[in-house]
Amino acid sequence: MKFKVSEENNISTVFLNGEIDMDIADNVREVVFPLIDAGKEVHLNLKDVQYMDSSGISVIVESNQRAKQKNTKVELKELSQPVEKVLAMAKKFL
Amino acid sequence: MNTEQPELKNISEKKDFLVRSSSLKDVRTFSREVFEKLDLDQSLKDELVLAIAEAAQNIVKHAYKDFPDTDDRMVVQISCKDNKLEIAFFDNGKPVEKEKIKHRAIDDIKPGGLGTFFIQEIMDSIVFKEGNKPWINNLVLTKKL
Repeated sequence: MKFKVSEENNISTVFLNGEIDMDIADNVREVVFPLIDAGKEVHLNLKDVQYMDSSGISVIVESNQRAKQKNTKVELKELSQPVEKVLAMAKKFL
Repeated sequence: MNTEQPELKNISEKKDFLVRSSSLKDVRTFSREVFEKLDLDQSLKDELVLAIAEAAQNIVKHAYKDFPDTDDRMVVQISCKDNKLEIAFFDNGKPVEKEKIKHRAIDDIKPGGLGTFFIQEIMDSIVFKEGNKPWINNLVLTKKL
């Protein structure tokens, strides 16, 4: 699966889409982690994500942890309703 | 206000899947198709699909951790009887060590830990049944609808 990435100043926006599960999570890591490692601020646009499970949440958590280590940050943008719901559930855990 | 669920029809459907992460999408599709036959709120259907997908993911991730290229299959059975939903999973992976099934610490978040939390949040009960040969693991999730 390929994800569109746009660049503006030092911000990379990754447009995730479809269903983010265990099978897709590594694809997301392969796109997002190198951007973080390059010191970019990364925005994850989630408006076209129709489903996300714990694997997707794990990618977000790992990305945040990685960004802190690299003195940058990851922001979530335009959450779809399914993503918003699963993040709300995860908050009780996190 | 009476929020009791109207009587649902009794159904029982099952399907087997190759134990691979690439099968998880098929597990969700099967689950959605079954839940379409029940008059449930869409939000509840989405939660149930998530619980099923997380349980199937745990089979791939944990029971078959050392066998990523297995040709084994897992079975998912969704039954609704008298407004009680029962979702059973059967697999022949590594026997589940029940005492090890728990949430992980915040700084060690991996799919299995959070996934188990989601299942517990969504379902009423999680039981590992024994003696269901030829299967090694038989997880049963239930929820009163």
